[in-house]
Amino acid sequence: MMEDLRATIDDIYRRESRRVFATLVRLIGDFDLAEEAMHEAFAAAMQGWPSDGLPANPRAWLVSTARFKAIDVIRRRTRFDASAEELARRYGSWTVDEPLDEQAIKDDQLRLIFTCCHPALSPQAQVALTLREVCGLTTEEIASAFLASPTTIAQRIVRGKAKIRDAGIPYQVPSQQDIPERLNSVLAVVYLVFNEGYFATSGESLTRQNLCAEAIRLGRLLLELLPDAEVSGLLALMLLSDSRRAARGTAAGDVVLLEDQDRSLWNRDQIEEGTRLVEAALASRRFGSYTIQAAISAVHAEAATAAETDWPQIVALYDALLRISPSPVVELNRAVAVAMRDGYEAGLPLIDSLLERGELADYPLAHAAQADLLRRLGRIDEASAAYQRAIAITKQEPQRRFLTKRLCELR
Amino acid sequence: MKYMLLVYGAEDAWTPEERQRCMEDSTALCHELQTKGQFLGASPLHSVTTATSISRRDGKRMITDGPFAETVEQLGGYFLIDVANLDEAIAIADRIPGGKKGTIEIRPILELDLPLPSPPVSAASNGTETETPVADEVPG
Repeated sequence: MMEDLRATIDDIYRRESRRVFATLVRLIGDFDLAEEAMHEAFAAAMQGWPSDGLPANPRAWLVSTARFKAIDVIRRRTRFDASAEELARRYGSWTVDEPLDEQAIKDDQLRLIFTCCHPALSPQAQVALTLREVCGLTTEEIASAFLASPTTIAQRIVRGKAKIRDAGIPYQVPSQQDIPERLNSVLAVVYLVFNEGYFATSGESLTRQNLCAEAIRLGRLLLELLPDAEVSGLLALMLLSDSRRAARGTAAGDVVLLEDQDRSLWNRDQIEEGTRLVEAALASRRFGSYTIQAAISAVHAEAATAAETDWPQIVALYDALLRISPSPVVELNRAVAVAMRDGYEAGLPLIDSLLERGELADYPLAHAAQADLLRRLGRIDEASAAYQRAIAITKQEPQRRFLTKRLCELR
Repeated sequence: MKYMLLVYGAEDAWTPEERQRCMEDSTALCHELQTKGQFLGASPLHSVTTATSISRRDGKRMITDGPFAETVEQLGGYFLIDVANLDEAIAIADRIPGGKKGTIEIRPILELDLPLPSPPVSAASNGTETETPVADEVPG
């Protein structure tokens, strides 16, 4: 019985602690105090519930208990002699009898997300705060995931919270007119977290590799809280990318290109869910660049073999992507798609002229793409030179190994 | 919360007509903020060529011509506002005409526990017409 209850409390902690925290920040108005009070409330649950039994609404019990714990803390800290009622008035008027409905809980979670991803915070602080406060990762876990020292991450979180407090970043969901801009900031944080995990290699820490799962969880939460086409699009993009996890690298940590991947290793559930989300986002007609990138990924996913890829469709999607968010990297990807659709001779001049413009001179994949088309065209000397240029500037070890292998195969 | 909105920009980016228009629009914004109880003060500054810097090192006073930092964008004016939070300050900063060709830096005011003298009733009650966006009266 005791063990059962302990397991139940553990389970409630896992499921509810971040929601309880989000509500407490609103009621108490301070991140650190909310965290401390929440832990005291869980400690009180551990002590009280075995004899008193499980409360009817554990979440409400925890919020209420934590709020009183917070008032206790404030009373202990300040010599200021305010009565408990006065403090209770200052730090939230909610009582345990009031129901905490689902919508209120959701609003609090959204407040927490928008606050942690406020564009007035540095992107690094946004990421660290989101993983710490919204996802509940420890400072050590975040440090290990981002290959940084715990001190660095702790400092980012402390400074971030200080800026939220001192600059008056509000704990609120932005106004309707500000939502698109502010949502972009949130989506950028989620995608950044995903990409850190996506580019983790098999030798790296599990937390680092698990960042993809964490980002997908965040995407799901966000979609539940704020149904929006681009949120669907980003979640789809992450699911479709992650569906190829088992196929995109070897056990030794080597890169396997899309066209060489064993498609039977692709995760069908993720593809199905991702494709469904993309279609819904496209149908809404209010989608953005994440949705188009997801659509491109979905076209790849539906091809049974690399040869069956619908390249005309992919070129058309890159054209659409270029209209919404023009960038030389998108142009490069489009050029590769054109080469696959119309022939290597058609794609190569596009890449050549892109490289001549200079913006991609330091981008290894531009030289690698050029090298690849030259190789396919049998222009071995030129391909070799382009591979060497790519190898010289790449900073990622798996990429270097892959390019070196390709270079050696030329000879 | 109180915020100082610092208006930075390149001084030569404005024609005299544009500058005049900017002053008028800024003044209109001040009046609007005043009706909402958000206005504490505002003013453009003379050109940075009129700036004088003074510092004290090892007990010795140094007076020099020019601003503290030589930058392309110069401090050209300020607004002092009282709003609920940073998002409201951002919304106001976004409407400052000087931001069209420059940058608005938002700085929260550090409130001291130490008592300060109360502000004068009017900062610009010299009776003359002025282009500067200064309120007729300061609330509180």
